[in-house]
Amino acid sequence: MEKFDVTVIGGGIVGTAVLDRLSRYQLKALLLEKCDDVASFTTRANSGIVHAGYDCEPGTLKAKYNVLGNPLIWKEAEELDVPHLKCGSIVVVGEDGLDGLKELERKAKANGVEVQILDREETLKLEPNVADRIAYSLYAPTAGIVSPYQMAIGYADRAVSNGAKIVLEAPVTEIRSKGGEYILSTPKGEFSTRLVINCAGAHGADINDLAGAEHFETTYRRGDYFVLDSTERKNVNTVIFPLPTAAGKGILVAPTADGNVIYGPTAIDTNDSEDVASSLDSLDVLRASVPLTYKRPAFNKCIRVYSGLRTLIGHDFVIGKSKLRENFIMAIGICSPGLTSAPAIADEVLSMAQETLHAEKKAEYVTVMPRHKRIKELSEEEIEKLIAEDSRYGRIVCRCEKVTEGEIVDAIHSPLPATTVDAVKRRCRAGMGRCQGGFCGTRVMQILSRELNIPLSEVKKGLGANIARYRVKEVE
Amino acid sequence: MLEYDVVVIGGGPAGMAAAIAAYDSGAKTLILERDVRLGGILNQCIHQGFGLHYFKEEMTGPEYADRFRKEVEKRGIDVMLEAMALSIGEDRTVTALSPEHGLVKAKAGAIVLAMGCRERTAGAIALPGMRPAGIYTAGMAQKLCNIDGYLVGKEVVILGSGDIGLIMARRMTTEGAKVKLVLELMPYSSGLKRNIVQCLDDYGIPIKYSHTITRIVGNPRIEGLYYAPVGADRKPILEKEQYVSCDALLLSVGLIPENDLINGSGVEMSPVTNGAAVDENRMTSLEGVFSCGNVLHVHDLVDNVSEEAGIAGSAAARYAKGELKCGECVNVTAKDGVRYALPQRVNRGEGKVRLFFRVDNVYKGARLVVESGEKTLVGRKFQVLAPGEMGSVDIEKSDICGDIVVRLEK
Ligand SMILES: Cc1cc2nc3c(=O)[nH]c(=O)nc-3n(C[C@H](O)[C@H](O)[C@H](O)COP(=O)(O)OP(=O)(O)OC[C@H]3O[C@@H](n4cnc5c(N)ncnc54)[C@H](O)[C@@H]3O)c2cc1C
Ligand SMILES: Cc1cc2nc3c(=O)[nH]c(=O)nc-3n(C[C@H](O)[C@H](O)[C@H](O)COP(=O)(O)OP(=O)(O)OC[C@H]3O[C@@H](n4cnc5c(N)ncnc54)[C@H](O)[C@@H]3O)c2cc1C
Repeated sequence: MEKFDVTVIGGGIVGTAVLDRLSRYQLKALLLEKCDDVASFTTRANSGIVHAGYDCEPGTLKAKYNVLGNPLIWKEAEELDVPHLKCGSIVVVGEDGLDGLKELERKAKANGVEVQILDREETLKLEPNVADRIAYSLYAPTAGIVSPYQMAIGYADRAVSNGAKIVLEAPVTEIRSKGGEYILSTPKGEFSTRLVINCAGAHGADINDLAGAEHFETTYRRGDYFVLDSTERKNVNTVIFPLPTAAGKGILVAPTADGNVIYGPTAIDTNDSEDVASSLDSLDVLRASVPLTYKRPAFNKCIRVYSGLRTLIGHDFVIGKSKLRENFIMAIGICSPGLTSAPAIADEVLSMAQETLHAEKKAEYVTVMPRHKRIKELSEEEIEKLIAEDSRYGRIVCRCEKVTEGEIVDAIHSPLPATTVDAVKRRCRAGMGRCQGGFCGTRVMQILSRELNIPLSEVKKGLGANIARYRVKEVE
Repeated sequence: MLEYDVVVIGGGPAGMAAAIAAYDSGAKTLILERDVRLGGILNQCIHQGFGLHYFKEEMTGPEYADRFRKEVEKRGIDVMLEAMALSIGEDRTVTALSPEHGLVKAKAGAIVLAMGCRERTAGAIALPGMRPAGIYTAGMAQKLCNIDGYLVGKEVVILGSGDIGLIMARRMTTEGAKVKLVLELMPYSSGLKRNIVQCLDDYGIPIKYSHTITRIVGNPRIEGLYYAPVGADRKPILEKEQYVSCDALLLSVGLIPENDLINGSGVEMSPVTNGAAVDENRMTSLEGVFSCGNVLHVHDLVDNVSEEAGIAGSAAARYAKGELKCGECVNVTAKDGVRYALPQRVNRGEGKVRLFFRVDNVYKGARLVVESGEKTLVGRKFQVLAPGEMGSVDIEKSDICGDIVVRLEK
């Protein structure tokens, strides 16, 4: 059985950020993830907004880590070469909504967040396409957008580059204590560790139960989205919110860091920790709500629907050391603004872990990751040079997003390798465009099959499901 | 910088026929094709049913493509494979990317767009429920089956009755899969009548019209789906929801012309066809840029594609040589049951013009009327007109005396 100093359970944005911090110390650090890639659950299906932090209840952990996390995301997205844009956000209201904005302004002041109330004219300068009824807005210049899954993948890649280990397809099914160590059982074998950090998202409370730590009741709230074609991007400059309600920040219209537009999320209460199935009535709610804030809804330009699941434990994040179990740290119940808060949560978890580990920093570690080669972003001279070195950067595989074979091969051989069609898609966008892999899906499968040296029939879409299932009848 | 009279973008049946016609009209011609071979979508259509009109014989898709490929080779027309056109710049310079040649810049006297179309996806129709593995566009399943030799499932449901879906219903059945059900939102099929008969009826595959999917079930692989009839508003009647198990769902819910190259470039587009608006030479509103085949409007028969591409190719050659005469144009519009008519503009002058059209519903015994100004140019009764089958009528340019309207009299 392999022995580790510290093990993170769960490879969402929180777990990967924590592992990234740990990997800079002289430690044997491990991350166990249930799925076949990191960022496979809530971290891949959210709004991707870097919140400013004006709406969190002052004094909560949410407020604290959101405000601390915001500048860290901007800095680290740069270091990790993850698409991001500090485009600002606006909360828009009609004539009767000014009081709501003033209340937000008060919270912003308490949280130390810069905001400004704008009238209609000033709002239109920022965002010409707000709905006609909009009279005021609350502008937060520090808000913006980031690719949430690429952020987590970036943390994972950097952690692996710095010597941490990630084991995928390794759901933790049992946690035992033995001689001051924890033994974690997974289908990939048993792992021994001095310290456990629970970052298991929707299953955070289950992991606590497995370890005999504090018991929490969890509820879930699903949110459905429309993703719009990149042709809509020119119509949206900032993140457009309605006034927040008890159910959440409301249905927004926002650009994505990769150049699309999203409408969503809805807020559907559910007690199913796996419920990410969009529903007809919820999509109808989006159709009815978007026009209230945004003048140019284009549902006919939809290229995809997706859903994310908010995990709620009480009203705040649960971050801290277990009082029932020694050497057991929790970062669970991380609902919105969890993405924004993740780097700050990770810093906090690191200092808690250090109380046990007392590790020294490594003499050297990577902070700035090598830039991804993206044909779309290069100048003509750079493209010529790249293709002269490696002709695979001249072979476009995904025609909608203009992704070349070279970029796909890079994704497959990144520090945390992409081994499925979905994992390739999350790293380099092949198959994420308007044809949704209709043209390039089979090509991506062939490249995976070749690079991983496995038959085509064993290439997975993601989560263990293969695509080319049966051979057609062989001709004699 | 390369220089050509005519640069053809796309090497499917449209691109090849356009290039051949351009070459035969004396133009130095280049074909840019993204794939490793010429032939386009035909390469994966291994069924019979191509060429009945154009060659007066029935052949498979690859055979049909091969005829044209040989003609391209015989003429020594320049072809760049694995070369994807990325943009069309000022004075018709096409930029393409290729592993062999790097960034290619070709200055063209005229450009023919022949990029084909793509399939509408699960996302585009906002399919509700889970998004597991096992949901494919019919064309992707066809490619996996006919090119790579793999079957995506054994218990299949098909949403939509487009031709590719119908062809795949038969193909999967002959490969031993069970096609349990075809669901179609509309009260009629969007595919060819002959495909309904030969691909569904002959195999006892049921098709339910005015039905749609309400929820996909399964994770990580599809396990089944709920479906329901729709009311007059096309919204599902949830009380009548039913369940069917399946391990694959194929979508055949429409094709969209692949116009990314010109979208947003100011070329006038038709909101109905999603292709450019063209005159009878298939020239777009951008001078010297022509369009033909599925990128112009979705065709059900490749024979029509070849014919249309021939027109575009030779006109492009004439344009490049400064010989294309464009007179004063009249507009062609469609109404009263006719979804669209193409070309959308006709130059006044001499000669015959073939108008293509599609209707918006099934009409029995309706009369198709073409009027120009005060004059009725055509009044022809059709036994059946269906959305899945493109129709055509010929008019004489010399008869034109004003804007043209194409409509149905029921
Ligand atoms: C609809 C929606 C919109 C949101 N929008 C925003 C936003 O705009 N901005 C923002 O800042 N935040 C947003 N959030 C919040 C943010 O997405 C989450 O806070 C964040 O993704 C949570 O990350 P996580 O790592 O805790 O969870 P997850 O990403 O779910 O990661 C947990 C991981 O643990 C793994 N796991 C579970 N059980 C086990 C086990 N037994 N063994 C091993 N691994 C296990 C899971 O597979 C998963 O990969 C949104 C959330 C939702 C749902
Ligand atoms: C499944 C199926 C079944 C059919 N069955 C029949 C039948 O039975 N009988 C019949 O007559 N017709 C049938 N058809 C219709 C007929 O095949 C099509 O109408 C015809 O192939 C369209 O030709 P095209 O050249 O316009 O497009 P395509 O065949 O799609 O060719 C377009 C080409 O352009 C290339 N391209 C696209 N963008 C670029 C770019 N930017 N740069 C370079 N190259 C590019 C593509 O790679 C492709 O090779 C069928 C079609 C399908 C899909």
